Amino acid sequence: MRIKLEKRAEPSRLMLVVTPIVSVIATMLVGILVFDALGIDGVRAVVDIFLTPLLASYKWQDVAMKAAPLIIIALGLSVGNRANVWNIGAEGQYIIGALAAAGVGIAAGGAGGGIIMLAMVLAGMVGGTAWAAVPAVLKTRFAVNEILSSLMLTYVALQVLGYLVGGPWKDPNGKNFPATAPLLPEQSLPILFPGTTVHLGVAVAIVLPFIFWLVMSRSIFGYQIRVVGAAPHAARHGGFDANQTIWLSMLIGGGMAGLAGALEFAGALKTINLGFPSGYGFTAIIVSFLGRLHPIGCLIAGIVLAVTYVGGQVAQTTVHIPNATAGIFQALMLFFILASDILVRYRVRIVSGTAQAVRGQ
Amino acid sequence: MDINFIIAAIMTVVGISTPILLAGLGELVVEKAGVLNLGVEGMMLLGAIAGFAVTVYTGSPWLGVVGAGVAGALGGMFFGLFVLGLNSNQVATGLALTIFGTGLSSLIGLSFVGRIVAPFSSIFPPELARDPLLKVIFGYSPIVYFALIMVAVVAWFLKSTRAGLILRAVGENDLSAHSIGYSVVGVRFLAIAFGGAMAGIGGAYFSMVITPMWAERMTAGRGWIALALVVFAGWRSGRLAVGAYFFGLLMALELYAKAAGFSILPSQFWAAMPYLMTVVVLALISMRDRAGSNAPACLGRPFIPAT
Repeated sequence: MRIKLEKRAEPSRLMLVVTPIVSVIATMLVGILVFDALGIDGVRAVVDIFLTPLLASYKWQDVAMKAAPLIIIALGLSVGNRANVWNIGAEGQYIIGALAAAGVGIAAGGAGGGIIMLAMVLAGMVGGTAWAAVPAVLKTRFAVNEILSSLMLTYVALQVLGYLVGGPWKDPNGKNFPATAPLLPEQSLPILFPGTTVHLGVAVAIVLPFIFWLVMSRSIFGYQIRVVGAAPHAARHGGFDANQTIWLSMLIGGGMAGLAGALEFAGALKTINLGFPSGYGFTAIIVSFLGRLHPIGCLIAGIVLAVTYVGGQVAQTTVHIPNATAGIFQALMLFFILASDILVRYRVRIVSGTAQAVRGQ
Repeated sequence: MDINFIIAAIMTVVGISTPILLAGLGELVVEKAGVLNLGVEGMMLLGAIAGFAVTVYTGSPWLGVVGAGVAGALGGMFFGLFVLGLNSNQVATGLALTIFGTGLSSLIGLSFVGRIVAPFSSIFPPELARDPLLKVIFGYSPIVYFALIMVAVVAWFLKSTRAGLILRAVGENDLSAHSIGYSVVGVRFLAIAFGGAMAGIGGAYFSMVITPMWAERMTAGRGWIALALVVFAGWRSGRLAVGAYFFGLLMALELYAKAAGFSILPSQFWAAMPYLMTVVVLALISMRDRAGSNAPACLGRPFIPAT
């Protein structure tokens, strides 16, 4: 008796939905085992990480705040990932987006109001797009691998941030601490629910997935992205320009990351210091895959990952696990989802007899 | 410019180049076998903490280096299980390995923060290793010499051995290699394990020689520079060594520019320099080589033989 894999004619829709859920559950089970092995109450830790933030209503605003940037960045990255364009520099585009928004705020002086806020958010999108345009130019003109160039530019963005907040943009009243002056209330994004920290950016993160869904499923552009990713040869025959796909993928990815950075700055943190880059740009890659590169999937997966962030903090105080464990869980989730891809693309058959040729033998 | 300064500068460049040289050599072999492993940074961090921890417990930096190699290889083999066993997407799985290695090394490293390890004693007599002139040849950590030896070993292996030929065949045309009876998956798995071991030892150079202590994310993106180095070298080990020292020079510039007080440009400019230059160099290289024409033909593609 052997296990045989048959390629499916089309990806299994059922498996597309089931496998992310299984991946999350598998991550929880492995977590229990690992924590127990480390001498920590595994069940308690996993419950705190994955469930407490959902069950305790006072944690919901934290989850929403963390989920918003993850969802927005992942939406943009999913477009590229679908077309096999790998922008892994979203973290840098996020940073530049936030800096661009801060720059507009500073340039506006004491002025505030809707127009200024809109200008800040748009500047963030332009900044992120511009930062992502560099790998796009390099890829289309010079065939430079976009994985490496986009990541290298993240390190450059970190230095740009360090220079600006420690130099020209340093808060003169900040006791020499490298950070921008706190954003004026008139320039900060409005709060949606009084008494919470939930700002307008959270609403953007809830609405955008539906807009992306509409565009990706109904427009020629969405069709182009899907065809280029699934069948590059057919796409070339069909007249879809590969360079155009690269450009669109990178610019959308950068624009969304820049938007997320601007919203995070103008809505949540209201200042930029050296701690501003928090790895959302990298975690969003996991969100994108856990969400199966689908806009609504990104919305759900963004919330799941946000839960692990918030839950990780809960578990830090309850069972004293270090902060770094959140990253391990997130990576495990990504491993599981990638491993389960095989169930989407192949049908597993158990066949009798040994003479059958088996894939990989 | 006096001779002492030049010697100090050379020694800085050689030291700073060694981790990317080691990790780059490992990745070169992996890519020659047709696999793209973007987890280099993660494997370096696993090696950095494993090497440090083993040295703390055993007191022997030699065992530490072995531990670093084993840890890196294990990380690589974990990656191999997914990309070879389950044909998972290599780019995304490599990213997962980097995130995983970063998290796991931070977790293990918590109990090692603030500790220091005894450095390697020199393998040459102190008269040579401490001589103000001769130390430029004899005054390095053993890992530096190991890296140089490995440049020759990898070049010889790929060019002149039967196993190296098989490895290249697997990377250039996996289906043909499979049809004449070579185990594509087996060869790739071994290559990935070797690449992991080299990245692990490269990472250990940070925690055991450069600092020598443990800090989270201490490899600071050098794993990615090692990946760029492989492209820069056109998948040739000799050129990879030249490239590693060239990138080392760029990274050393940052240190010296700060020390020399080039205050016209902010220090962040110099810190960003190696990353910016990597991008520029990649662009120049691909203009010359016409879009990675030297890349192994099966690089990054899953192996799916007809059944």
